Amino acid sequence: MTLSLRMRGAIVSLLLLGAFLGAWHLAVGGVSATQVMDPEYAKLMGITATQGKSAMPGPLDVGRTILTHLADPFYVKGANDKGIGIQLIYSIGRVMVGYILAVLVAIPVGFVIGMSPVMNRALDPFIQILKPVSPLAWMPLALYTIKDSGISSIFVIFICSLWPMMINTAFGVAGVRKEWLNVALTLEVGTLRRAFTIILPAAAPTILTGMRISIGIAWLVIVAAEMLVGGTGIGYFVWNEWNNLSITNVITSILVIGVVGMLLDQILAWCQHLVTFPE
Amino acid sequence: MAEKLISIDGVAKRFPGAGGETTVFEDLWLRIDRGEFVCVIGHSGCGKTTLLNILAGLDSPSEGAILVGGKEIQGPSLDRAVIFQGHALLPWLTVLGNVAYAVSSRWRSAPRSEVEARARKAIATVGLAGAEGKRPSELSGGMKQRVGIARALAIEPTIMLMDEPFSALDALTRGTLQEEARRICRETGQTVYMITHDVDEAIYLADRIVLMTNGPRARIAEVVVNPLPADRRQGQIHHDPHYYAVRNHLIDFLVSRSVILRDTPPPDYDQRNPPVIRLDGRTPVAHAA
Repeated sequence: MTLSLRMRGAIVSLLLLGAFLGAWHLAVGGVSATQVMDPEYAKLMGITATQGKSAMPGPLDVGRTILTHLADPFYVKGANDKGIGIQLIYSIGRVMVGYILAVLVAIPVGFVIGMSPVMNRALDPFIQILKPVSPLAWMPLALYTIKDSGISSIFVIFICSLWPMMINTAFGVAGVRKEWLNVALTLEVGTLRRAFTIILPAAAPTILTGMRISIGIAWLVIVAAEMLVGGTGIGYFVWNEWNNLSITNVITSILVIGVVGMLLDQILAWCQHLVTFPE
Repeated sequence: MAEKLISIDGVAKRFPGAGGETTVFEDLWLRIDRGEFVCVIGHSGCGKTTLLNILAGLDSPSEGAILVGGKEIQGPSLDRAVIFQGHALLPWLTVLGNVAYAVSSRWRSAPRSEVEARARKAIATVGLAGAEGKRPSELSGGMKQRVGIARALAIEPTIMLMDEPFSALDALTRGTLQEEARRICRETGQTVYMITHDVDEAIYLADRIVLMTNGPRARIAEVVVNPLPADRRQGQIHHDPHYYAVRNHLIDFLVSRSVILRDTPPPDYDQRNPPVIRLDGRTPVAHAA
């Protein structure tokens, strides 16, 4: 019996996951009491010292925590204790606002760069210098000028999403096949209609590639930005739980961040599939 | 005398190059009458595609001018449809979408239903009814080129410019499409400027065959008037008594005379009135410019 490639891949995936979880479980499990000590002192030291149990939570602990978070993701118990769902909504909201603003700027500017060789040369040095700057380096400037930590992180998302989209749009627009442009020219299609009916669909797959790179970067950056500015968001949650020494919650957050990042990427992959045309 | 539609008046095209300017052709003169089918034959680099691009308005001449209906060409026009060598269909649109795009460019304020009706009619003319919903990637090479022809026809141009439209097709498909192209062009009274490398294609389709010498500094060596009857049929032309005379003349030209005539034109050669060759035994009649 031969299983399909997909099935075989899934089986190996599950085996790898099982092996990892098993090794994790064994590695953090306690062995036995390490020292004989006064019960009062043992209470102070906690199970780490008395049972040789690692401070690292095991997969079962993390599993239990995930279930509690899933059971009540939106609780609010004060400013520093909000459910992981609420924190995610804050982060996703910031990413969306910053990202959409970046789309609104990057795609038109990318069009101009791609369609005009002069603008391409004129803007190239700015892009080349600004692109490699870590988006977090903008944070102090943003905080100083905007004076609002939430909007500052949105600005950081905006600035980091900008470049891949702009460069890919310009690249896609400049690379539209000459014969398609000639079709538009011989049909006396005006510049604006040409941009929307020929250049946009022709460059759309390349533009979507840039948008996909951007959303990935934005999701990476939001965690770091929220760690820096604090208050709300999944990045802040991670840092807060680190201060609480709740490694279980930190591991849970890592998983959640990964899953959300994957979903964002998949959404754009699906959009990319929609605009891709077979030649 | 037939009505003059296209007048190529002393046109030159020069490209700046590393070692100074390259002159593709200069002082080129030719007239094409309304409803005439003209094929241009010449080796690569003789400037026939450059001339087509100038006719299409996609390129401009370095000197001289081309007049269409008495007016100088000032860029592309919907009156001059181009059938591209690589069919140049928009792959993200369906067959209907590709043709409708051209139709809605021609009649900008036409309602959607009219645009679609015109597009469907053009698609049916080239024998593709039923394939309207297909994407170009789902079509064979011959079908793609048919869509290209339908797109050109749909805008009801007065002139069709074809750049080796059938060169990428297999012999059988090419034959069928040549037949349809000739029928359609005759029925709609098109004036055609077509580039080809295929001698038989030129003999079947053209009323006149323009022979261009090799480039650079290419010139129109001769204009051959096709002696075959107007009701000729694809696949039967080689039975015509004049067929081999024309074919041999064209092949001889491509093999050797295309170089000789560039370097040493005949003493009475006149750029404005290139020699007109008739191979039906009648006396040559100069084709006035």
